[in-house]
Amino acid sequence: MKFDTPATTSPIDQLKVIGQPVDRIDGPMKTTGTAPYAYDRHDVVPNQAYGYVVGSAIAKGRIASINLTEAKAAPGVLAIVTAENAGKLGKGNFNVARLLGGPEIEHYHQAIALVVAQTFEQARAAAALVRVDYVRAQGAYDLAAAKDSGKPAPGFGGPADSAVGDFAGAFAAAPVQLDATYTTPDHAHAMMEPHASIAAWNGDKLMLWTSNQMIAWSVADMATTLGIAKDKVRLMSPFIGGGFGGKLWIRADALLAALGARAARRPVKVALTRPLMFNNTVHRPATIQRIRIGATKDGTITAIGHEGWSGDLPGGKPEAAVFQTRMLYAGANRLTTTRLSVLDLPEGNAMRAPGEAPGMMALEIAIDEMAEKLGLDPIEFRIRNDTQVDPEKPDRKFSQRQLTECLKSGAERFGWNKRDPQSGKVRDGRWLVGMGVAAAYRGAPVMKSAARVRLDSRGIVTVETDMTDIGTGSYTIIAQTAAEMMGLPLHKVVVRLGDSTYPVSCGSGGQWGANSATAGVYAACVKLREAVAQKLGLKGDAVFADGEVRSGDRRVPLAQAAGEAGLTAEDAIEFGDLAKKYQQATFGGHFVEVGVDAATAEVRVRRMLAVCAAGRILNPKSARSQVIGSMTMGIGAALMEDLVVDKRHGFFVNHDLASYEVPVHADIPHQEVVFLDETDPMSSPMKAKGVGELGICGVTAAVANAIHNATGVRVRDYPITLDKLLKELPEIG
Amino acid sequence: MPNSRDPDVFRRDLLVSAAASAAVMTAPSLAGAQQAGSAVPAMKVSFTVNGKTRDLQVDTRTTLLDALRESLHLVGTKKGCDHGQCGACTVIVDGRRINSCLTLAVMHQGGSITTVEGLGTPDKLHPMQAAFVKHDGYQCGYCTPGQICSAVAVLGEIEAGIPSHVSTDLNVKPQATAAEFRERMSGNICRCGAYSNIVEAITEVAGRKA
Repeated sequence: MKFDTPATTSPIDQLKVIGQPVDRIDGPMKTTGTAPYAYDRHDVVPNQAYGYVVGSAIAKGRIASINLTEAKAAPGVLAIVTAENAGKLGKGNFNVARLLGGPEIEHYHQAIALVVAQTFEQARAAAALVRVDYVRAQGAYDLAAAKDSGKPAPGFGGPADSAVGDFAGAFAAAPVQLDATYTTPDHAHAMMEPHASIAAWNGDKLMLWTSNQMIAWSVADMATTLGIAKDKVRLMSPFIGGGFGGKLWIRADALLAALGARAARRPVKVALTRPLMFNNTVHRPATIQRIRIGATKDGTITAIGHEGWSGDLPGGKPEAAVFQTRMLYAGANRLTTTRLSVLDLPEGNAMRAPGEAPGMMALEIAIDEMAEKLGLDPIEFRIRNDTQVDPEKPDRKFSQRQLTECLKSGAERFGWNKRDPQSGKVRDGRWLVGMGVAAAYRGAPVMKSAARVRLDSRGIVTVETDMTDIGTGSYTIIAQTAAEMMGLPLHKVVVRLGDSTYPVSCGSGGQWGANSATAGVYAACVKLREAVAQKLGLKGDAVFADGEVRSGDRRVPLAQAAGEAGLTAEDAIEFGDLAKKYQQATFGGHFVEVGVDAATAEVRVRRMLAVCAAGRILNPKSARSQVIGSMTMGIGAALMEDLVVDKRHGFFVNHDLASYEVPVHADIPHQEVVFLDETDPMSSPMKAKGVGELGICGVTAAVANAIHNATGVRVRDYPITLDKLLKELPEIG
Repeated sequence: MPNSRDPDVFRRDLLVSAAASAAVMTAPSLAGAQQAGSAVPAMKVSFTVNGKTRDLQVDTRTTLLDALRESLHLVGTKKGCDHGQCGACTVIVDGRRINSCLTLAVMHQGGSITTVEGLGTPDKLHPMQAAFVKHDGYQCGYCTPGQICSAVAVLGEIEAGIPSHVSTDLNVKPQATAAEFRERMSGNICRCGAYSNIVEAITEVAGRKA
């Protein structure tokens, strides 16, 4: 099905099942420990051996020699894989660094060996006996030092630079100006399930049970890396213990499990250890961002400029932190630039809302600072500079844009009028109390997505698509879509995901999953409805409801319509140029109240509200969870998350969950989320968008702005830790 | 409830590849020779898991977590970090919740262990499991078994009068409040960020008990 004209009314709009806050259909499995994650799969293949990964102890250079004698002689060892004996390996389209390093080393903890043994304990013990001599080379590890060597680099979804009007002239002439520089550190996905895979060879065919967000991409990359045909790789990933972008690609566990299984001639399971994950895999790259805003005295932006710097390994991509600034606020004169330097740190790559998450961390402080200079309420300043068209291409409208509504309704609900615009004035016992606001903005991209639906003689519809559920609720919203389209209750739908033998979906990334994958299921269901109608000789007026198909006086149960053989339909949703004609995006307003301990500068988030406008919400319960999860990760970015770079040796020092701190229960208050009524007929037949990344865009700055309101201290270098606040905190006593 | 995975798909592959690997394993391998007289420090241990007696011969280095997962195939208990920093492996041993990755299997001779599988099943959920489903107290589901085991034990700890860092008065029985839950649950990390919902689920179960 081609989607190239705005959606009209369809059976999906009945909203009997879709749009309802139903419990997740996979909930009983997840809460009882019966949902099968990759490393759990004792059931799929017998005789599994254990692989343990050895990571490089240097960041850049080469292996002079590697001595396996002791390791090979250790009890239980079956095989050891290194670059020397692995045979010729390619590199996947989506990998920047090689997944098996040696002799050249590209980054710290790059995998250099896999030790395969009968048991996990034996593999671990033997891995410690692998002796490696390295020749260390000089590397670049400091973004600030490498910044000026940065080259223009396009990012996902846009060119490196953009310019409209005369930014320099307009900024210089502006009566009110802001010129500030912000930094965001490297962030770790730190999903709870380590990267894990079980590989088994069946002749020349590889079966891989793994934890992966993008099945088809990863089949292709696995095949490319191993130098085999794509149809020789089967990848299964029905449950994924979190991804956040970190499992968009195959990682060392998958490749090394495959190589280990080949070498040991039996199935091999490999999980990355937690301390290896931070440097072995990918992370959200640090940024330096300079923002300049010029405005008239009444608060009309006349010039807005955002320049971003980041680093990555040679061949890598920038963190596109300036892209949202092209879209978010009006202003006649505009400038954005993206510069990428070579750094020899581990590979930088996509993490939840790549670009926008760190970009909004800076931009939304800058807007707060500018409002303060203007003496304007920060909500009023944002509303004055709202736009209904793409500010760089004014002919191009937003398909829907309810930013102002999000901010206004949020302000009312949150009690924004109680905020004292003078910072440092509100006390609650030992706490300095403040409120902060930020806009939320995230694009709503769409991707081709296919599905197969089968109606059987029991009247059950089974949906198969290689879509993944990384905690987002894909199982449930796909079941809701099929139930709505086929006129069935939810329990009459079975959903199977994450298997490369199923039709290729959009996968889970870029918050496109919910809208695109369900639209693919919608397309397949439209075909199935046609097949049912055709088989029964019904005209176009057939109604599917309550487990039957009705036309005029005729009522046929779906089970009967299917017959013994059943009926199967397969289709894909393919998107035309509506996304080019209209800028499609999601919007929100984040509201945060913090308390800052007047003596210690300890920050506690006391209240949070997000008001989101993101098209039709397919399941308000799971969608809300996506948003509160993003808000939580946003608090992490505001207050604690920081991969600390050892600039001498080139690695992230705090590579475990005790030293890379993420929010815990005690950090998070009750969180409130409101979805504005919205349907977007430009987005897909589902009229939905996505919310999984919207929630993290802006919320971090809302925390920062609340801290400023509480204390008067403006911190521009994340995370906002006690040391940065204490030195400027008002005197006490 | 229709199951979202199809065991048949996997079984088919299992049979094919089991045949393949069995053929291979008859060939002499590097490993075969070296395993003779292997220096694996093994020991017998016996404990009950979810009410069932289990006798195991384990490597003395094997954690309780790996004994559950790899020897007994009770994979509901998850390995998130393998060194006591995330809580995904939380189980209840002799009435107390512990990180099963931080204790060796051989240390639990005669012990009584409850894992998430021992609390309920998809068809017969424990009240805490049902509350997690109702309040969407999870997303990816990986930390969930640990959260649920912890939550069940937390209510027991409060019931037993064990104070926490946020208990205001050590002479007064701690209350089942959101602040107590947040403090006591802070050893169980949820990167998806379901905390707000998890606290609601625990609050509901606590209220039902009271």
